[in-house]
Amino acid sequence: MRLSYPADVKIIQVPCTGRVDILHLLNAIEDGADGVYVAGCLEGECHYIEGNLKARRKVEYVKRTLTELGIEPERVQMYNLSSAQGARFAEIANEMVSQIRELGPSPVKKNNAA
Amino acid sequence: MIVADRKSLQEILAMVEDDKEILIAGCKGCVTVCNAGGLKEVEILASSIKIARKKQGKDIDIEIEVLERQCDNEYIAGISEKVGNYDAVISLACGVGPQFLSEMYPDQTFYPGVNTTFLGGATQHGVWEERCAGCGTCAIHDFGGLCPIARCAKSLMNGPCGGSSQGICEVNKEIVCIWDLIVRKKMEAGKLADLMGVKGVKNWKSARHGGPRKSIREELVQGNI
Repeated sequence: MRLSYPADVKIIQVPCTGRVDILHLLNAIEDGADGVYVAGCLEGECHYIEGNLKARRKVEYVKRTLTELGIEPERVQMYNLSSAQGARFAEIANEMVSQIRELGPSPVKKNNAA
Repeated sequence: MIVADRKSLQEILAMVEDDKEILIAGCKGCVTVCNAGGLKEVEILASSIKIARKKQGKDIDIEIEVLERQCDNEYIAGISEKVGNYDAVISLACGVGPQFLSEMYPDQTFYPGVNTTFLGGATQHGVWEERCAGCGTCAIHDFGGLCPIARCAKSLMNGPCGGSSQGICEVNKEIVCIWDLIVRKKMEAGKLADLMGVKGVKNWKSARHGGPRKSIREELVQGNI
């Protein structure tokens, strides 16, 4: 397909989004990531029944934590798409990157560097 | 088990506002089972505090430790060599933990990171409900295995009050009237007569009303023989 998506996105592969932990997301923010998104399979189509649903709950937990810390919850997102949706993958990457660009650099990174 | 809920991050951050080196101490007992103060929750709190501090541009060093139990002196003695290295310690154990720690290490400040709430169990994954009030004189068998002391808002011993409607307590629509359940269970078993006798006035002395309680198992106390 030769679709392009922003080079800002660093992909970390996991066998199933059910493997993604709250700590993975928090540690990414802690280490200065401007945003993190989880790209899981379509809801109802998880090979492990509900891995993507568990991931969504964890993403929601991290959103609540960020809100409590005064950081924009939009920096963490959950998306659902199938492995056959290459175009959608690129679209999501663009969508996330433009959203993060609107928010600006992470306040965690900004103050740490200062 | 003892059920606890983690305090809000705002409350915890205010506690350690001026501290630069802290220890977060978890407990492998009840709070691990109710996902409030085990290893995972300790790590999540540590990361959350670090994020907050980085956002403020202020440094903080956080170490973590998860003790076997914080309600036994032999386990909290395990941090004796390092406990003095920190400005403060946040304990994610139930209310017993920070007290035992404070008693053993009087020079250190221990903050409770959780609100200890009740004795209960998990009714489904992620949901815990109160089942025991620790009143000191268990009579669950008189009520079909359902405790009216812990589960009736008024701890009534002789049947439901007028606030019971359609099996729901008037205090809160999410509270089941336990007396409704007790009576139904006895009716289904054809043993309603069990509830006909009047229960006398309960002696609350064995509950908290008699002051702090103590339990002594003489055969276990060293030096008794």
